[in-house]
Parts: sequence; structure tokens; C-alpha cells
Amino acid sequence: MRTAFSIVVLAVVAVGIGAALLAVPFGSPKTQVGDYYNEHGRAQTGAANMVTSVVVGYRAFDTLGEVTVLFVAALGLGAVLSAAGGRSGRREVQPASLVLLAGSRFLFPMITLFGAYVFLHGHLTPGGGFQGGAVVASGFLLLYLGTRGRRVNRIGSTVAESLSGLAFVVIGLIGLTVGGRYFLSNFMPTGALNTLFSAGIIPLIYIAVGFKVGSELSGVIDDLVEETA
Amino acid sequence: MIVVVASLVAVMLAAAIAALVFRDLLSSVIASCPVSLVASILFLFLQAPDVAMAEASIGAALITAVFVMAIRRTSRYEE
Repeated sequence: MRTAFSIVVLAVVAVGIGAALLAVPFGSPKTQVGDYYNEHGRAQTGAANMVTSVVVGYRAFDTLGEVTVLFVAALGLGAVLSAAGGRSGRREVQPASLVLLAGSRFLFPMITLFGAYVFLHGHLTPGGGFQGGAVVASGFLLLYLGTRGRRVNRIGSTVAESLSGLAFVVIGLIGLTVGGRYFLSNFMPTGALNTLFSAGIIPLIYIAVGFKVGSELSGVIDDLVEETA
Repeated sequence: MIVVVASLVAVMLAAAIAALVFRDLLSSVIASCPVSLVASILFLFLQAPDVAMAEASIGAALITAVFVMAIRRTSRYEE
């Protein structure tokens, strides 16, 4: 009886979804918002990178939500790991090989520099805060692999994370009061297109996002390394 | 161009199948790393360099590290 009922329900759902999908004309633009962004994006936000002008210009509030989701995920991971097993002290770990040690020391500054470049130039070149932060965190991962037993300064990374998250919200609130229109509205001059100091608040927000994502993902790696080492 | 993309997709499929077949989970994780790496190259071909950057750093580097650490904490071989 239950099997027959579930089969009927599934069939009804399948017919509904199929009919809805068939009603959508494939290959034709369904909304006009993309055309609007292409036409007015550069003039309104001042960002040469169209993706950034949408992600941090028109939809900056969504980006704040994404940052919050990442923050809650990192927080939950830390809570689960600290609840799962007590920190059993630091065991003696054998040092990494000479090649890995020298390579990580040599590459870490370059990877960090590249990550900083990516999130500083988010409004000009492909990439942005999330990508730059992830690159910085992968540099920290390499550092952990090379120099075992050395830990990142957790207080420093927590402070950087909190301050950058706070900076995002404060920039939004300044936009609400000074810009006067809505949360995260642009209150700075957009400047000349395709220069470093352009696009109003977009570079500031992406610097904050880069610091936040980088410190959060480094913190996740630090949690996991501390648990396994 | 189509030959390059087809061979890259073949590498991706081979790595994915290898990751499924291996009983040694560490080898499986290492085999799943090229899937993300080749996917990031394909994103670059599709004119999406920002997605490629995120895929390369998160998919290929950080996810692999997280899985390796998880395997170190649990068991290495599939039962």
C-alpha cells in the first residue's frame, strides 16, 4: 500500500517537474537583468570586471550572506572537532624533508603575495576576495606541511577575521547613512575605469572578504592539523 | 582545440574512475585531485578564469588536504 502510494506521488511529482521544464524555452534569454548589467554595469559601479560589479556591486548583500555561511561553517567545524576529542597535547612529529621545507619557505611568500594581488585587483582582473583568500589559505597549508609543529597565531587570525567581517558590515552601514539609499550603497567616487583606485567601495569590501576567507580557511586547516598531529 | 578538450575530459574520467575503484582511500583521494585540476583548466577554456582560480585552490589543494587529514584520523583501507 505504502509502496503504491509513494510510486503514485513520485509519478505526479515527475510529471509536474517535467511539464514545468518543458514550458521553459531553452536557449533564449529569460530575464532582462543580464542585459541591464552588461549595459550599465561599468558606468554605475566603476568596476572593469563585470563579475565583480555584479557580485560586490549589485549583489553585495548576497556576498555578505555567503561570508556569513562560510563563517558559520568554520565555527561549526571548530566546535565539532573540539567536542569530538580532547586535545591530547602535541605529539612529537618527525620533521619534513629538506626539499619540502625549503620549497615551502620559498613558495609561501609568493603564494601569499599572489593571493593578495588577486583580492586587491578583484575589480580589475578575474578573481576577488574568495579566490584570493583561498589562495592565501593554500599557502598556509603548504607552510603547515613544510614546517611541522609550527602553528599560526590563532589570536591574530581570529582578530583579522573579526575585524574584516566587522569592516564589511560597517562599510554597509556607512553606505546606508552617508549614501542614504540602501545598505551597502556606494558612497565613494567611482574614479576612472580600469585603474587601481576606482569602483568606490568594491575594493574595500574585497580586501575585507579576502582577509576573512583567508583567515577562516587557515583556521579550518589549523583545527584539522591540530587534531591529527 | 576539441582534441585537447576531449583528452582533458578523458584524463578527468580516468581519474574519477580510479578514485572509485581504489580500495586504498589515500590513493583514492590523490586520484580525485586531478579531477578538480582538469576541471579548473576546462573552466579556463570556458572563459571563466575566476571560477578556475577557486576550483584550483579549493578543489585541488584544500579539499585534498582535508580528506588526507580525515583519513589519518580514521582508517586508511576500505572494508
